[in-house]
Amino acid sequence: MEIFIDEVVAKYNYWIYVVLMMIGFYAMIGKRNLVKKLLGMNIFQTSIILFFVSTGVKKGGSIPIVDKYAGLAGTIDASTIDNPLPHVLMLTAIVVGVSVTGVALAVLQRIYKEYGTLEEDEILEKTQR
Amino acid sequence: MKALALLATLMTGALLLYGTRDFPAWGDPQSPASSYLSPVYIEQAVQQTHVPNLVTAVLGDYRGYDTMFETVVIYCAGMAVVSVLRRNREE
Amino acid sequence: MREIKEYTAGEDLIIKTSVRLLVPFIQLFGLYVIVHGHYSPGGGFQGGVLLGASFILLALAYNIKTSQEYLSIGVNALFSNLGPAIFIGVGVLCTVFGGLFLDYSALDLLIPLGPVEWRSFGIFLIEVGVGLAVMNIMVLLYWNLSSGGNMDEGL
Repeated sequence: MEIFIDEVVAKYNYWIYVVLMMIGFYAMIGKRNLVKKLLGMNIFQTSIILFFVSTGVKKGGSIPIVDKYAGLAGTIDASTIDNPLPHVLMLTAIVVGVSVTGVALAVLQRIYKEYGTLEEDEILEKTQR
Repeated sequence: MKALALLATLMTGALLLYGTRDFPAWGDPQSPASSYLSPVYIEQAVQQTHVPNLVTAVLGDYRGYDTMFETVVIYCAGMAVVSVLRRNREE
Repeated sequence: MREIKEYTAGEDLIIKTSVRLLVPFIQLFGLYVIVHGHYSPGGGFQGGVLLGASFILLALAYNIKTSQEYLSIGVNALFSNLGPAIFIGVGVLCTVFGGLFLDYSALDLLIPLGPVEWRSFGIFLIEVGVGLAVMNIMVLLYWNLSSGGNMDEGL
């Protein structure tokens, strides 16, 4: 039991992301409303972004903006600066997420104009008729 | 149906939590993600590009190809929304 | 088609005045975030979103027509094409001057600043392209989504 508690305390960040991911995943597969599915997808994406950013954290490290003259002299200790790579990847992932949300909302508007509803089972009834 | 969705969600969560056993602890400076490529960026990016903000240096220079296609992605998203929704006033 | 709502959005005097006073400062801050991205947190994406948000704020407080007086549909379409074109154009220009694609140090042949300074300046050029693209695509998404494609009424 003590080993388990130590394990959880050392990696509590992953528990937060897994819980967030479960909320988003349940909204994606359990809900019937298409807007709720989209919101679930956004929550899922947020959990993954948080996970990636947290992999770049170093204990006691500072932000990845360095002193220019220390950098030119080559005296930077890499263990005191956070990893910039996950920040870059997630910066692009956030903007792609906004694009995906925009396209999905546009498609949802067209679905609403076509069928007059955003409930999944009602749309299925109308398409099979 | 909802019970099935809940079961699938809980199983996925349990599987992911089992997977975190192999992950490095929070804030570990020796984690695999921070030990191979990123020290090179941190130590040499300022000498090679004269940009103190390492995120900008990696985004614009080392990973410029990535950023270029990412710009193309948001451009495509804008064009997709226009082609799905836009109507001319005469119709 | 459903009936369009009778009321016009954002009739409140306080909201209109404060938005009118706030928008220039938001745009100035957006430009600062784009051009100062080398030395502080910022860059093309963040500054572009700020610039786009200023126009979206105008469209929320007044209506879409008012925001189109400041940024017309034609200019919006031009800039949203120009952003990726600047980015890809800089990359192609590097290959024309004998470097690899997006290897900005090759542009030293064009204006002799030194290869390392050119890598810094090339990042600035593509950040401007990214900022233009993000700003105009954000505004375009809001206009189309909020008006259902009419580009006139809005929320």
